[in-house]
Amino acid sequence: MENTSQGTIFGINGPVIKVRGKHAFQMLEMVLVGHDRLIGEVIRVLETETIVQVYENTTGLKPGEPVISTGKPLTVKLGPGIIGNVFDGIERPLAQVAKNTGIFITRGNVMDNLDREKLWDVRILVKPGDYVTQGKVLAEVKETESVNHKIMVPPNVKGEIIEAASDGLYNIDKIIVKVRDGKQVHNLTLVQEWPVREPRPYYHRLPLDIPLITGQRVIDTLFPMAKGGAAAIPGGFGTGKTLTQHQLAKWANADIIVYVGCGERGNEITEVLEDFPKLIDPRSGRPLMERTVLIGNTSNMPVAAREASIYTGITLAEYYRDMGYDVAIMADSTSRWAEALREISGRLEEMPAEEGFPAYLPSRLSEFYERAGRVETFNGTEGSVSIIGAVSPQGGDFSEPVTQNTKRFTRCFWALDKALAYTRHYPAINWINSYSEYNDDLSDWYSKNAHVEFTDKKKEISRILQEEGKLLDIVKLIGSDILPDEQKLVLETAKVIRQGFLQQNAYHEQDTYVPVKKQYLMMDSILRLYEKAMMLVNLGIPVSVIRRSGVFDEVIRIKYNISNDDLGAFDELNRRLEKTLEEIEAEYK
Amino acid sequence: MCGVVPQVLVFTSGRIRKTMNVEYMGLKEISGPLVVIDGVKDASYEEMVEITVGKNKRLGQIIKIDGELCVVQVFEGTRGISLENTRSKLLGKPLKMPLSKELLGRVMDGIGRPVDELGEIYPEKSWDINGEPINPVMREYPRNFIQTGISSIDGLTTLIRGQKLPVFSGSGLPHNQLAVQIVRQAKISDTENENFAVVFAAMGVKHDVAEYFRQSFQKSGVLDRVVMFLNLANDPVVERIVTPRCALTAAEYLAYEKNMHVLVIMTDMTSYAEALREISSSKGEIPSRKGYPGYLYSDLASLYERAGMVKGCKGSITQIPILTMPNDDITHPIPDLTGYITEGQIVLDKNLSQKGIYPPVSILPSLSRLMKDGIGEGYTRADHPQVANQLFASYAKVQEVRALASVIGEEELSEIDKLYMKFGRKFEENFISQDFRENRSIEETLDLGWTLLRLLPKEELDRISPDTIAKYYDISESGAGDF
Ligand SMILES: Nc1ncnc2c1ncn2[C@@H]1O[C@H](COP(=O)(O)OP(=O)(O)O)[C@@H](O)[C@H]1O
Ligand SMILES: [Mg+2]
Repeated sequence: MENTSQGTIFGINGPVIKVRGKHAFQMLEMVLVGHDRLIGEVIRVLETETIVQVYENTTGLKPGEPVISTGKPLTVKLGPGIIGNVFDGIERPLAQVAKNTGIFITRGNVMDNLDREKLWDVRILVKPGDYVTQGKVLAEVKETESVNHKIMVPPNVKGEIIEAASDGLYNIDKIIVKVRDGKQVHNLTLVQEWPVREPRPYYHRLPLDIPLITGQRVIDTLFPMAKGGAAAIPGGFGTGKTLTQHQLAKWANADIIVYVGCGERGNEITEVLEDFPKLIDPRSGRPLMERTVLIGNTSNMPVAAREASIYTGITLAEYYRDMGYDVAIMADSTSRWAEALREISGRLEEMPAEEGFPAYLPSRLSEFYERAGRVETFNGTEGSVSIIGAVSPQGGDFSEPVTQNTKRFTRCFWALDKALAYTRHYPAINWINSYSEYNDDLSDWYSKNAHVEFTDKKKEISRILQEEGKLLDIVKLIGSDILPDEQKLVLETAKVIRQGFLQQNAYHEQDTYVPVKKQYLMMDSILRLYEKAMMLVNLGIPVSVIRRSGVFDEVIRIKYNISNDDLGAFDELNRRLEKTLEEIEAEYK
Repeated sequence: MCGVVPQVLVFTSGRIRKTMNVEYMGLKEISGPLVVIDGVKDASYEEMVEITVGKNKRLGQIIKIDGELCVVQVFEGTRGISLENTRSKLLGKPLKMPLSKELLGRVMDGIGRPVDELGEIYPEKSWDINGEPINPVMREYPRNFIQTGISSIDGLTTLIRGQKLPVFSGSGLPHNQLAVQIVRQAKISDTENENFAVVFAAMGVKHDVAEYFRQSFQKSGVLDRVVMFLNLANDPVVERIVTPRCALTAAEYLAYEKNMHVLVIMTDMTSYAEALREISSSKGEIPSRKGYPGYLYSDLASLYERAGMVKGCKGSITQIPILTMPNDDITHPIPDLTGYITEGQIVLDKNLSQKGIYPPVSILPSLSRLMKDGIGEGYTRADHPQVANQLFASYAKVQEVRALASVIGEEELSEIDKLYMKFGRKFEENFISQDFRENRSIEETLDLGWTLLRLLPKEELDRISPDTIAKYYDISESGAGDF
């Protein structure tokens, strides 16, 4: 650690610094820049100079100031105290920053990433004489009411335990176990370090056949996401990327949520901080904040740290995965991260590829999304990291490089649509352009856990929507009045699906989250109505007569009228609908 | 300062500067607004430089250092500068804005120097104009409704104290009038006129536009609560980069030091972004879209994110940036990147304006992201969220019906579609449209919304709950006869 390799600043251009002097710097090494010891990272090593990107504002730096090597890459500290916290892009706790510098973030904030005073109630699970290898759980700490933090043997460490502490209250620096590997003795504490740009190892990958249930109907039924999968949410401004991300962070059935606010609004971080402690996780009955960690590197914070924030986030996610948890990470927005790459690349005068983005944009994106996955860990548990990345295409145009390249490396594509957002159809996920390639792999799970007919019903729902799309092209030209009644019924039913099923109000107490069983029953009621109404239409009863009875409106209002814990009400509803339709039929005969 | 004073950068890093009074003669290179000085020792990044040309002094800022070479952007431009005729001196500090409550009522140039002949400002504080990012954990989430008296805004794109809500406009549209009407009518402060202030930043606008604002402020009697920063169309381009930063520094001082509710009007952000592009291209940077630099997003964010409210402070900064969309194109990088940063947008529309509708707010693409937390029960009125939602949805339907009518003719429409045509017309004429002097309360706005919704059969109101319909739709109310 006390490496004295040192150079001096020669040139300064925004966050990019040229360093000359003794050239013992390593690629991707973390360095301390200037008298204020700003944190930086070596991004290029040349014969005569080294290029460093600085994670803080460089105003006021001068040529000649020292640049000190730390001998290690940019790393994060992993241990108890992460959950419930808010960090900047390089894992500095923002609450601590606020204690030091008040409402504004100033530079040169050197601080501990994790609280070193706090005492944790540690339960030791090993004893001297045990032989341990990487990933083995040494101890457990109740990090929050919802999260049992497992202290693991760090990757690449193995050996025989020669000393183990007894259960007790310890801070994170306490050596709880000493492991001897040949001549070397590892002193293991409650914390380990890991370089953010390197994926953490696991035993092997598992198939992606369990859905990440989100409680959002259009996602869970039409475009489901797998635990360990990767999804993209592209959309122009105001189409609902952030709100969808927040909804998933609130309701997805993951054990841990890592939310990365990457180059977006400060108020959106504040909102999570205000809401999550008050919202209750329907599964644990505990506040959502107890399973959530936030990384906030907002648009006005230094751009190099924005670039790092994505890696910091995914590394935290992998760490909890290694304990056997299902982790979901939301990155809002990956486009801002790509732009940070572009900005740094521009300062380095690299040859740009498309729209000024560097040629390595696709490989960086693929490396990031490859870190998603469901795995068997080294301690024999199963864990997953699911990545949900928002994409903010310039001009809302999906043909731009970030959207196109993201599409290659993700398998769920939830395309947000400006036209839908303008009509306040939320979530504005376009049901024609979106897709999920996990559909087939997950259908078994749905038939076992939701309903055997789940997949059939959803196919029928999609079919009606597709047909509506075709009919609407005709309606645009001639109006709907002269369509045959069968087709009018398709339009009417599609409207019920859109308004009653696809539209979901994030601000409504019941509608904000809907269990899969209820999603099934809603589809079921809609399709029953459709079939029965089709029979009437075939008997020559006009759709307008059926409409006047109010059956369609009643189904549209299911989401508000039948609460999530009263699924018995569906039987009653279906009977009532049937009765109304029978009455119409009787009257008509 | 609500507890903590922002760090003031002094560029000595703890050492005494030996070269303070050194002057550098001549230049190595001149390119657009940039000059290169050679042989500079001890320069700090982003430090101010004073360049003397004959008798005249100009200010510049170091934007790149390479050994002893310093690239300086000159705020007043490089006209008349040659490689030989300059002497340059490092000032040892960033560009700072002198601050005091005396700023209220004053007019400054684009880099914060008084131009109103009322003399110097005696500063109480002097802050770096670049500001520092607000720590997200120290933000207070904005929730207080600002009534502007304009139905399309209050009802459908509600302005919240501490919000950044831009106006997307086009040339020839009445965005200036709209801004003036907002300033005149907005109830920004709870204690009425006690502690609100307006900071006005003009970037590249014509003289008569700036004058229009000044006169309007005067007429509505707020001039002594306004600070104006003027970089007009014929003022130096580089200065334009600094103008909003000076203005926002003044706003931060008034909000966080003096606990005032500050409304910041910045116009025209398009000229600002064009200035940024011009400088970027002189630097030879690789452009992204339409020649704008790749960091346009981050740069705009460094302005817009200075809006907000913070813990422990009574004051607030609400921003209404105005921009003209080139070719009325909302996907152009300037409106596009703005929309990605701000908390919504108010979009003005040429077609509505041509129909004689003022303010010509195109409501479908308009949005207030903070509205959800500042309206409804306890804020405005319980029915507000649903009414707003329904008006959006019904008006969206009007667009579909109109498209159909243009194909098959209005007479061929179904009865219900005809009602939508009528609803659309009345909505534009009576709800969106209002007089420049008309100040409607939120109750009036919502009641008007109901009067319009009553044009449609109940079954069409799918965004409103049955109880709310029972409560508001069914009552027959005087004045409803108008439609
Ligand atoms: N499911 C939803 N329910 C209700 N409102 C929504 C929903 N999704 C989006 N919105 C509305 O759209 C606005 C913009 O959404 P946001 O997620 O901030 O967009 P983006 O991140 O794409 O710019 C929100 O402020 C909210 O008013
Ligand atoms: Mg967003």
